[in-house]
Amino acid sequence: MNTVKNFDLYAPRLVDKEEYFAAGHRACSGCGEALAIRLMCKALGEDTVIVNATGCMEVVSVMYPTTAWNLPWIHVAFPNAASVGSGVEAALKVLRRKGKIADRRIKVVAIGGDGGTFDIGFQALSGAMERGHDLLYVCFDNEAYMNTGIQRSGATPFGASTTTNPAGAASQGKNEWKKNIAEIIAAHNVPYVATACHSYPLDFMNKVKKAREIEGPSYIHCLSVCPTGWRVPTEDCIKAGRLAVETGVFPLYEIEEGKYTMSLAQEKLRPVEDYLKIQGRFRHLTPDHIGKIQKRVNLEYKKLLDKVENLHSWSELEG
Amino acid sequence: MNDAKLLAGSDACVFGALAAGVRFFAGYPITPSSEIANLFARELPKLGGKFMQMEDEIASMGAVIGASCAGLKAITATSGPGFSLKQENIGFAAEAEIPCVIINVMRYGPSTGLPTTSSQGDFMQTRWGTHGDHAIIVIAPYTAREAYRETGRAVNLSERYRIPVIILLDEILSHLRERVEFKEEDIVTVIDRKGPVPGTPYLPYEDTDDMIPPFAGFGDGYRYHITGLIHDKTGFPTSDPGTIDRVMRRMNGKLDYYRDKIVRVKYVDVDNADVLIVAFGSVARSAEEVVRSMKKAGKRVGLLRPVTLWPFPDREIREAAAGKRAVIVPEMNLGQMVREVERAVAGTVPIHPLNRIDGGLITPHEISDLIEELL
Repeated sequence: MNTVKNFDLYAPRLVDKEEYFAAGHRACSGCGEALAIRLMCKALGEDTVIVNATGCMEVVSVMYPTTAWNLPWIHVAFPNAASVGSGVEAALKVLRRKGKIADRRIKVVAIGGDGGTFDIGFQALSGAMERGHDLLYVCFDNEAYMNTGIQRSGATPFGASTTTNPAGAASQGKNEWKKNIAEIIAAHNVPYVATACHSYPLDFMNKVKKAREIEGPSYIHCLSVCPTGWRVPTEDCIKAGRLAVETGVFPLYEIEEGKYTMSLAQEKLRPVEDYLKIQGRFRHLTPDHIGKIQKRVNLEYKKLLDKVENLHSWSELEG
Repeated sequence: MNDAKLLAGSDACVFGALAAGVRFFAGYPITPSSEIANLFARELPKLGGKFMQMEDEIASMGAVIGASCAGLKAITATSGPGFSLKQENIGFAAEAEIPCVIINVMRYGPSTGLPTTSSQGDFMQTRWGTHGDHAIIVIAPYTAREAYRETGRAVNLSERYRIPVIILLDEILSHLRERVEFKEEDIVTVIDRKGPVPGTPYLPYEDTDDMIPPFAGFGDGYRYHITGLIHDKTGFPTSDPGTIDRVMRRMNGKLDYYRDKIVRVKYVDVDNADVLIVAFGSVARSAEEVVRSMKKAGKRVGLLRPVTLWPFPDREIREAAAGKRAVIVPEMNLGQMVREVERAVAGTVPIHPLNRIDGGLITPHEISDLIEELL
């Protein structure tokens, strides 16, 4: 059976009872992203500043006169989470050095959806990673622009139906494959990159905690199931996330200073069909399409295992 | 054309653009204009056209410029923050004289503002959003029916004059579904851009008598140069003062030369009115109701509705305002068009702004209350 790595690090009883992302927000029922953010905040703790790009979370978490956030939080326009986060981090560093604020580490965490990360916010994210800020960026990837009504993004998987890639007699939905953003960020030579999913809560929290401790830029890619946009029953949110992982569609792994590690020991992957068939956005796919997706998933998974096996950490390489 | 249809303003824009021959759309999801992208995504492939969703607002405008240069009639749609991001490329299109249409569905701003709430706060930005003197045309329909016809006209104006054209809707007009009965005058004719004359030397920015240089598509067989740098008639960059002056005066002069073909205003009971309302977009719908209801009460109120916002119809407004007791300018902003009205009327008639910035539409009552006060 699957075992979550570092289980001893975060047993449920050790999880912070404090709610930094409180209940009462207006996210859809079964929202994976809201759950993931709640878990992320618990792992981050109170010395944290959150910079939130435009997206569902900005809309649902701060409905006047309430807020779900018990952390310093700023919402910025769509492209800007990583750049505003860079400014916050640089300024806090100066203020701390000059003794203007308490001498303790405040972690700046920029968060965005897949649109704000893969597409419009990509340039700012790349810049922040390159400049080497002490910044954690977490992408909550629900694989389309859900806030504006389910338009395709660079993260939308092949074959999914969206409002700008509608499936029909002449179209099978999105024609292009999903961008591998974790690899792109890893190519910036940042010390820590990880993929995660709210359906593996302790694994996700451990990764957040690890990234929090790292001095420098880090990136976590969190697959966040969106029952509304994926057309899955709200009670299947966790199940859908687990199936994404168990089928190899979304493998969980870490890249620590160049060294790849799988987060789960998986003997055998389930067929992708198990994951696709529970989602309305893939309902139209033919066995041919599913075969094509299976082939691609197999290839990507093999590529990943190959890296896990063959790539060394930077310190190993330096000898 | 006689069938009645239920159309939202956003739908009407799409169908008007397609009727005028638009076969390319590039865009990015943004409230409240996403419906336009969604409909283009469904309709364009049926006509052999291309819908492209881009990675951001800047890229959408870039792709529209590229597609237009290649020879397709191209359009994009956006709202507030996206319109701001597009400004650099809009300036490029103006400088390089690339035909293109941008639909801007106004939402409350600045910044993220109120994404699902209407506003008229972009009136000035549509004219001066990008830096530098440039020619640009802005058209503001007020019903779904007019959105169809005027989007078609926008495409034609852009192709004909090589000027970027902005269709300015607001959230209310874009989302409002209404019964539309198209009539003969709504038929959108198709006007294509002027191409080079075969067998003659081609200069992409030639100083022709009609001030509009012919536009060759990429691959048409001509060698030429397109740039956002100030260029001479060959398209190559220049820093020669005399050339710069001549080129920029021609480019901006197109607006003056063709003004009467571009400017369109609508009059409702203006001639015998005591009070004149000047309003556009969804506010003009409230104003029209005021004219109707006050007429029943025996009061003479007229409406001048600029359909073309830029070039601003100053002459028409000056003439219509002459002899009136007052001019009222209701706007869903802190007073942008009223400055242009003041400039046009030049102190000859008292002008009363009526501004609402709480996100709500200016109601007929608010306008009629002000008129009662004045009469």
